Amino acid sequence: MKNPQLNKNGELQHLLTTEGLPVQIVRDILDRAATFLDAADVHEIKKVPLLHGKSVFNVFFENSTRTRTTFEIAAKRLSADVVNLNIGSSSTSKGETLLDTVDNLCAMHADMFVVRHAQSGAAHFIARHVAPDIHVINAGDGRHAHPTQALLDMFTIRHYKKEFHNLRVAIVGDVLHSRVARSQIHALTTLGVPEVRVIAPKTLLPAMVENLGVQVYHDMTQGLRDVDVVLMLRLQSERMQGAALPSAQEYFKYYGLTEEKLARAKPDAIVMHPGPMNRGIEIDSSVADGPRSVIMSQVTFGIAVRMAVMSMLAGAAV
Amino acid sequence: MNIHIKNGRLIDPKNRIDAQQDLFIAAGKIAAVGSVPAGFVANKVIDASGLIVAPGLIDLAARLREPGYEYKATLESEIEAAVAGGVTSLAYPPDTDPPLDEPGLVEMLKHRARNLNQAHVYPVGALTAALKGQELTEMAELADAGCVAFSQADAPLTDTRVLMRAMQYAATFGFSVWLRPQDSFLAKNGVAHDGEVATRCGLPAIPVSAETIALAAMLTLARDTGVKLHICRLSSAAGVEMIRAAKQQGLKVTCDVSMNHVHLSEMDIGFFDPNCHLIPPLRSLRDRAALRAGLLDGTIDAICSNHAPMDEDAKQLPFAEAEAGATGLELLLPLLLKWAQQEKISLPEALAKATMQPAQVLGLDAGHLSVGAAADLCVFDPEAYWKVEPGALKSQGKNTPFNGLEVQGRVRYTLVDGQVVYQSKPTA
Repeated sequence: MKNPQLNKNGELQHLLTTEGLPVQIVRDILDRAATFLDAADVHEIKKVPLLHGKSVFNVFFENSTRTRTTFEIAAKRLSADVVNLNIGSSSTSKGETLLDTVDNLCAMHADMFVVRHAQSGAAHFIARHVAPDIHVINAGDGRHAHPTQALLDMFTIRHYKKEFHNLRVAIVGDVLHSRVARSQIHALTTLGVPEVRVIAPKTLLPAMVENLGVQVYHDMTQGLRDVDVVLMLRLQSERMQGAALPSAQEYFKYYGLTEEKLARAKPDAIVMHPGPMNRGIEIDSSVADGPRSVIMSQVTFGIAVRMAVMSMLAGAAV
Repeated sequence: MNIHIKNGRLIDPKNRIDAQQDLFIAAGKIAAVGSVPAGFVANKVIDASGLIVAPGLIDLAARLREPGYEYKATLESEIEAAVAGGVTSLAYPPDTDPPLDEPGLVEMLKHRARNLNQAHVYPVGALTAALKGQELTEMAELADAGCVAFSQADAPLTDTRVLMRAMQYAATFGFSVWLRPQDSFLAKNGVAHDGEVATRCGLPAIPVSAETIALAAMLTLARDTGVKLHICRLSSAAGVEMIRAAKQQGLKVTCDVSMNHVHLSEMDIGFFDPNCHLIPPLRSLRDRAALRAGLLDGTIDAICSNHAPMDEDAKQLPFAEAEAGATGLELLLPLLLKWAQQEKISLPEALAKATMQPAQVLGLDAGHLSVGAAADLCVFDPEAYWKVEPGALKSQGKNTPFNGLEVQGRVRYTLVDGQVVYQSKPTA
């Protein structure tokens, strides 16, 4: 089966998932992202003309101000023209099919689509149907993938931990419904992290998740023992309606990240979260704002990583 | 019209014939096998040298989309597809719009099909009104109108009391009830097997227990009511095991599997191929192996196409939103041959699964070449290679997961009641 995100020369044509992404491409993205950070202050991002004259369309079939904004900033720092489209509130509600929408956008001479959609596989679908000179970046499709989030997480881990081959990483929370978790797992295993754990109740884990190369824990205090990195996942409130969980309170008690539970991890362990956080549900404020939290760095690095992906797709040399 | 089919390899699973023998047809029926009957003068001679002469295929599930879904396919287009695929009889599931829950609809369908004068169409009536799973249909009236069995198609029947009553009522008249086992709560919103691929792709999943729980209820109630139960589209290893056990215990239950599930698994979904969005979901390789084993040991009686043609738009969507199903009538024969080759079983054994066995499920005197039987035949070239190209299919539905596959076996003649209803040129 042909990998739909690589062109015939093995270069990145679209970024749809971290699964099956060649490790060298992952490293190239992370290395390139580093060049966009100010040498003096890593939390400052340069403006570069790499995408000057190109247009980037943020096509969001599912609302997300946060992710859309970071893509917008990234594109603008690359000097691209940015068009934001919230399709969720326009075309499809008028009966236009996804394919019609994509055809219409192609006709507007976009160079790149940043796509978010509620259905798993939507980004693959769009990538299959766009003109060959258009690049698609998956900004989240259903439960399937959120590759730029995972790549920015990898960037953050590398920034603080330098290497991947000696790490123990735990992903905590609603893995079943999480595109972030799936993309993180593939990225971590691709980069050679020897031990990836998932920690969740059985109702929030998909079938045969261990086949993705992870170890399964249901007890968070055991699962966090001696880990270097804790990746927290967001818990959607609708999980209580679907009989996946009895209450937010009980979830917090057993799977919320507190100082006490974090004490089981290595003393220099870092804590990450893709945001937006539910304080007091999956993470205690004292941890979120505490010394181990690198959540704010994730946000800044996210812009650099998205700049790296966009400029690489556009074929711009740095 | 008298037809003499000469020099062909005659395969008749029911009569255990696999030999080079001529076949003589008179007045729409098989007049003789082997030697020419006294006074027989052929109006037409078909030279079947190098071809196999077999009973016409009998398909237990072919949706021809009328009434209600003429934008997906029509009786004309799909019956043409049927005979091009060597299918001479087909069971017609009730999930039309409106569903086949009134005698008038059934009569109209039979009438339309009869006028086309091609394959025999056997409507399966709705078990409950509008397939809603609440009230019984007028089964006896529907049977008089031509329904051969009663089914929910893919519509859920969650109320087990209604299920029991429906079975009791059907048993009163000796009618068969055809059901596809799927618990609607466990299957809710699901689009793929609850396994490795759904986990990797993040697709909402349907666990095997959705099949086995429903199957347990159906088998239990069939035992209690004595109804003739036919289980449609088995998909899992655990399901096969339950049917095997039920048969061993003497329960009169039959079951079928779709050709898609004989050949494909969840792995074929690959990068979200919407053509692999099927009902029931494609399951694991282990499940597929169990389905194949079930076919070989007789646990599974028949293979059907589960033909579900649809318009292009229905599949031009992300996986979960794409409509489930595949066109299949024209692929039934080549995929049957492929299966036989892979499992190293004889052609008579393989053909039985799509001729005499489904005829038994339907309670039809068909699917064999006995003297006096209707001359429904499929004459095919077992060697002819061809590539599945959706555009070349007669079916209006081009949606097939076998797109691009090289297959072997091409229908050369299809006869229904002694009339040649389809003929193709030999491939070079």
